[in-house]
Amino acid sequence: MSENWPLFEVFIRSRAGLEHKHVGSVHAADERMAIEHARDVYTRRQEGVSIWVVRSGDIVASDPGEAEALFEPARDKVYRHPTFYTIPDEVKNL
Amino acid sequence: MYTQALDVHGKEAAPDAADGGPAQRFQARVDAEEKIEPKDWMPEAYRQTLIRQISQHAHSEIVGMLPEGNWITRAPSLRRKAVLIAKVQDEGGHGMYLYSAAETLGIDRAQMFEQLLSGAAKYSSIFNYPTLTWADVGAIGWLVDGAAIMNQIPICRCSYGPYARAMVRICKEESFHQRQGFEIMLTLAEGSAEQRAMAQDALNRWWWPSIMMFGPSDADSKHTAQSMRWKIKRFSNDELRQRFIDITVPQAHHLGLTIPDPQLRWNPATEHYDIGPIDWAEFHAVLKGHGPCNRERMQARRTAYEQGRWVREAAAAHAEKERLRSSASRTEVGVT
Repeated sequence: MSENWPLFEVFIRSRAGLEHKHVGSVHAADERMAIEHARDVYTRRQEGVSIWVVRSGDIVASDPGEAEALFEPARDKVYRHPTFYTIPDEVKNL
Repeated sequence: MYTQALDVHGKEAAPDAADGGPAQRFQARVDAEEKIEPKDWMPEAYRQTLIRQISQHAHSEIVGMLPEGNWITRAPSLRRKAVLIAKVQDEGGHGMYLYSAAETLGIDRAQMFEQLLSGAAKYSSIFNYPTLTWADVGAIGWLVDGAAIMNQIPICRCSYGPYARAMVRICKEESFHQRQGFEIMLTLAEGSAEQRAMAQDALNRWWWPSIMMFGPSDADSKHTAQSMRWKIKRFSNDELRQRFIDITVPQAHHLGLTIPDPQLRWNPATEHYDIGPIDWAEFHAVLKGHGPCNRERMQARRTAYEQGRWVREAAAAHAEKERLRSSASRTEVGVT
C-alpha cells in the first residue's frame, strides 16, 4: 500500500463578512491539490466563498490536560461582564 | 448512506475497569452529554469501537457508489443523470468526511484503505445486491437511503464530536437522496403497466435487504449496551427498524405497491406494523462475503485503486519536484 499524501486541515469562509471555520481535513500531494480536494469535498452546495488549507502537522494545539491552567483563571472574573454591575433602573443609556 | 450495525462479528470490546480515575471521569462527561474531542482522554475500547464503526461506515459510502454508478450512463433522461451523478458524488464525499473523522482517532487513511481492500473491514451488506433495472436506483434512494437516514440521525448526537459533526453534514445532504428515489418510484408507479411492474420488482428485491440494514435483532447484538452507555448509539437496532417500517409502509401504499411480506399487519394494540420473520441466514451469509455481488464490489475497488496508482505517484513526484525547486530558488536568493 502506498504512503498517505500529507493531511491538510480545511477552513471555509461561508460568505464574505464571516470568519473561516474548520470543517474537516483532506489528503493531497500539495497545497494546490488540497484546495481542489477541499472544494470538491466541502463545497458541493455553495457552502463557501473562500478556503484555507493548513498542513495538519503545522497546527499547534493546546493540551486538554492544561485546560484548567489555561482557562480556569477567567472563571472568577465575572466583573469582566456588563451584567456584574448594578445600575438603578431610572438611569438610562448605560 | 449508510451506516449499519455490523456488530455481529469482531471481538467484544471490553470496557475499561471503572477505577475512579480517568475512566470514571470520562463516563461522567459522557453522561452529562458533553462531547469528547480528539485530544481528550478516552478509554481504548471506546477509541477502537469508534474506529471500527466510523471506518466501516466510510467504506460503506465508498462501496455504495458502485451499485448506483452502474446506472449513470443509462439514466433515462439528462435530469435523472445529473441527479444521479450528484448523488453518487455525495456518497464519495460522505466517505471522505468519515475517513477524516476516523483519522482523528489515530488510524491513518492508508491503513483504512488496506483494511477495505484486503477484506478485513466490513461494509454495509446492502451493497452486495445487484442493481438490475433503473427502478433499483429509485428503490435504493427511497429504501436504502431512508433506512440510512433513520440510522444516522441519532448519530448526529454521538458523544464523539468529529463523528457527530460529520453526521450532521451527511444527514443534511442525505434527504435529497431519499426524495429523488421516491420521485423515481412515483414516476414508475404512475406509468405504464410495465413500469409499475418494474417498480414492484425493485421493491420486492430491496425490501428485506433494507430491513436487514438495521443489523441483527437486539437479542443478538452484542455491542449495543456498551455503545449506548458511551452514547455512540442512542436507539437499539430493533427500535430503529420498527420506526423505519412504520413510516415506509404507508409510503408504499401511496405508490400503490405491495410490500413483499404476507405477514405484514397493522397492530392496533402496539400501534406498529408487525412483520414476518427476517431471514438472518441470508444477512450473515452476505456479511461473510457470500452475497450476490461481494466479489464484484471488492474487485471494482481493487481495480480502481490499482488503476489510480500512477496518478497518485505522479502527483507525489510533481509535489516533490516543486518542493525542491522552490527550496533551490530560496537558497539562490539567500546566496546572492
